[in-house]
Amino acid sequence: MLSLTQAQTLLQRGEISSRELVSACLERIAALDGAIHAFLYLDADGALKQADEADRKRKTVAGEHMPLLGVPIAIKDVLTVEGMPCTCGSKILEGYIPPFTATVVKKLQDAGAILLGKTNTDEFAMGSSTENSAYGPTRNPWDLSRAPGGSSGGSAAAVAAGFVPAALGTDTGGSVRQPASFCGVTGLKPTYGRASRYGLVAYGSSLDVVGVFAHSAADAAVVFSVYNGRDPLDATTQDVPDANIVLETEASASLEGIRIGVPKEYFIAGVQSEVEEAVRAAIQKMAELGADVREVSLPHTEYALPVYYLIATAEASANLARFDGVRYGPRVSGETMWDVFYKTRGEKFGDEVRRRIMLGTYALSAGYYDAFYGQAQKVRTLIRRDFEQVFEQVDVVACPVAPTTAFPLGAHRNDPLAMYLEDIFTLPANLAGVPGLAFPVGFDAAGLPIGMQLMGRHFDEATLFRLAHRYQQATEWHLAKPTIDN
Amino acid sequence: MDYEAVIGLETHIQLNTESKIFCACKADSWNAEPNTNICPVCTGMPGVLPVLNRRVVEKGVLLAAAMHAEIQPVSYFDRKNYFYPDLPKGYQISQYDRPLAKGGYLDVPQADGSIRRVTIWKMHMEEDAGKTKNDPLTGTRLIDFNRCGVPLIEMVTGPDLRSADEAANYLIRLRQLLRWIGVSEADMEKGHLRCDANVSVRQKGETILNTKTEIKNVNSIEAVRTAITKEIERQIREYQSGGKVEAWTLEWDEDTQTLKKMRSKETEADYRYFREPDLLPVYLTDEWKVKILETLPELPLERRARFVQEYKLPEYDAELLTSERSLSDYFEATVRAYGGDPKRVSNWLMNDVLRMLNETGQTAAELALTPTYLADIIRFVDAGTVNANTGKSLLQKVNVSGKSPAEIIQAEGLAKVSDDDAIRAVVEQVLAESPKEVESYKNGKTGLMGWFVGQVMKKMQGKADAQKARALLEKHLN
Amino acid sequence: MPLTLQEVEHIAKLARLELTEEEKARYREQLSAILDYVAQLQRLDTSSIPPTASIFSGDSHLRPDEPRPALPREALLKNAPEHEQGQFKIPPVFE
Repeated sequence: MLSLTQAQTLLQRGEISSRELVSACLERIAALDGAIHAFLYLDADGALKQADEADRKRKTVAGEHMPLLGVPIAIKDVLTVEGMPCTCGSKILEGYIPPFTATVVKKLQDAGAILLGKTNTDEFAMGSSTENSAYGPTRNPWDLSRAPGGSSGGSAAAVAAGFVPAALGTDTGGSVRQPASFCGVTGLKPTYGRASRYGLVAYGSSLDVVGVFAHSAADAAVVFSVYNGRDPLDATTQDVPDANIVLETEASASLEGIRIGVPKEYFIAGVQSEVEEAVRAAIQKMAELGADVREVSLPHTEYALPVYYLIATAEASANLARFDGVRYGPRVSGETMWDVFYKTRGEKFGDEVRRRIMLGTYALSAGYYDAFYGQAQKVRTLIRRDFEQVFEQVDVVACPVAPTTAFPLGAHRNDPLAMYLEDIFTLPANLAGVPGLAFPVGFDAAGLPIGMQLMGRHFDEATLFRLAHRYQQATEWHLAKPTIDN
Repeated sequence: MDYEAVIGLETHIQLNTESKIFCACKADSWNAEPNTNICPVCTGMPGVLPVLNRRVVEKGVLLAAAMHAEIQPVSYFDRKNYFYPDLPKGYQISQYDRPLAKGGYLDVPQADGSIRRVTIWKMHMEEDAGKTKNDPLTGTRLIDFNRCGVPLIEMVTGPDLRSADEAANYLIRLRQLLRWIGVSEADMEKGHLRCDANVSVRQKGETILNTKTEIKNVNSIEAVRTAITKEIERQIREYQSGGKVEAWTLEWDEDTQTLKKMRSKETEADYRYFREPDLLPVYLTDEWKVKILETLPELPLERRARFVQEYKLPEYDAELLTSERSLSDYFEATVRAYGGDPKRVSNWLMNDVLRMLNETGQTAAELALTPTYLADIIRFVDAGTVNANTGKSLLQKVNVSGKSPAEIIQAEGLAKVSDDDAIRAVVEQVLAESPKEVESYKNGKTGLMGWFVGQVMKKMQGKADAQKARALLEKHLN
Repeated sequence: MPLTLQEVEHIAKLARLELTEEEKARYREQLSAILDYVAQLQRLDTSSIPPTASIFSGDSHLRPDEPRPALPREALLKNAPEHEQGQFKIPPVFE
């Protein structure tokens, strides 16, 4: 179970071949993924072919410029890869094979990465536990009776279980950071507009970001540095220089000069006490390493949930209108075209997706727009301003990722609102568009990982990485690995 | 009871950009096989995003300026949400409350000399949908997405038109303008210009607006004219018989030349417009706007007025010579090259050159008979170097060969023969060869003079100075 | 402010979702609870606050007017549930 940087080093030194590395991953997946169900699609033959190709390229000039050459990566099944199935965890895309590859995935391929397969996800990225996947849930490698978090549960579990050293996920309301926390791995949600959404099946267009899971901040930085950047195919990507983050390997730099804000609205009743303790201990550690810590306030935090569930669902209700049984996916037959629409969508969309489509449709509908969607967009401005104001006083905000550690599968089955409340600490970053980095800071009494998140200014992933990397040089939480009962 | 019609027109104009509005597929696919002009973006595949074509904005700005509309420095796109099989995303990207331009008008001259000012209530950019084809034999419905994503400008007029003829005139002027400024081919039969008409009637003098009906599927200006005429008549009959007009949507059937009531929509559509999150606002900086408007030409009606004023042309000439831009530019270039009376140029253009253009199907800009060459020909005729008939034949010869008139006159020896002796010789020959006709003429059939002149011209291969020939003939015969 | 069954049916119609009676009843309950919760937004005075439609609104990203090769038709039709003569085949729109 190699980390990304370990794999890179060994490959570069010729101590292992890519074929050996990929074979080892495939063996581990074959042994353990039956229990975990991280993967929806595995391209074993294709991966081995790519591995051989990578080994061939290793000695060439071209190969020297490919930072991910020969490294296997998994892709969340909401990102398109030409020729590989893309289900988005839904029956409505069963059998669909996209004719084009997402830009971020292409960039990984161009850097030499090997695409091992597609990982499980809540249907259309809507969920916080991966239980909304129409193909069965993914189980947390730390405790198979528990959820890995969601919606990128498959990618988080794949990294935690040692199936791949890194995996791509997406984060619309916390779908990278929360599973990272539940699975004890490091997960980055970049700034909105940092990375291309071309090829990402849209859920909340003004909120979606492609993120990455790995075993450390240093690893995540390598992958992020490859896939971020402006894309002519995505008009919302911003005109900023590509981020290329290199983190020093020696334990050196003090964190002096970095000001950490601790927002009081994130330390409230209802947060599991062990979670609060571990997060505060981590912040204390950072203070010991030189950072300046002070209390701050993000006063509109409590409104993030209602704002999110109006904006995201409204955008989703339009984004999912293209699934009508006409051009792709299965078609439920009917006498008239309208029958086909109603039946295909009614039968093939899962419960949570239909609920959110209806919520979003209602929020936009005549007579309700101003009170719901319109109002939500205005309150979003207030939430965004909270962050702008806070970043005049501090450089990063440190807080829990989720109120609890991984909950049991089925815990929120009958209560969608309770499930939504899992996201209260992650939603604000998506609404404000700021980057967030989650990483492990401890375990609870049940042995479940506890994560913390750092949020920063727009496009300042570098500071988040620097801080987390320094912390990981001084601690060992991120090195812990689950023992998986089969 | 005198009724008047109240008509508003909703037009969709297909812009003639190279590529579609939000993707790089070709904009024109009239001759393409179905679904061969598509990509993931315009077929709404999962994961795609729109990126705005800057030429669409530029052509939109030109049109807005030509329509005297207020161009907005910032405008936004919105999603218009509805389901239809040929609308792949389940929403159309359009503009709702902050479009590219606001207001505007088009002045439409009427036959009686008056001007109808037609106000514009809406003008915005949007994307086209695909096409559903209904096979009446099998009942199969097939969808082709070639047209999906083609850039459109939607333009809605106020209820300012008062007759079917006015509506037709508006479309004629609009078509002329669109071609003139180069933003659309505006060929209604090819769907470049689509029109729906809203029609109501009221008693003359009233200012209220009664219930209107909407006419769809009119695919030519004549169809618009006929359909509106029939609908006005129907509505008047309805009111006269004490009935009322319902807000129907009517479909024009070209084959039967009748209007059929379409299946009514159960409820008013709730489009749930919201700001398109995948596109950023369109910023039309002053710099960019100025650059675009540099290419805005003098508009047809302005030029028509100028031709009357500056060149002292009659209205009829000015109208014809400004019907199409390249013809109009050609006319002015010829006038400049000619340096003489513009009316002379106009006559030549409106008759022989226009005929030639119609026969060859070329535009004036495509003629090998350049303005300079035409001016040369007119001057040669003025100077008597060639006679009028030879002049006319030169038009064709120059256009086909591309050679200058001077070269051709030289090469083919077309110069008018004005030499009295040469002509006299032929005149004597003709008279000698036609004793019967001479006799008839002397007996009173003076109409034969034309025939004699013709004979002389024939013998001289048309090069004779016709007046001199006639004079000499008269001398000899009298 | 609970939703009526009629409102649930209306929304389902707008969204082209066919629901069973059980689903309608269940969604009515769940959506009412969620809407009750999100209604707390009404408490805030936002009369002078502009809406955020997108995080960044500067620098619009425009494309030059240059056509590129199309996607081959087979690639498009490959995923089609039904197609004929190179086009997508559908049942009649109305009866």
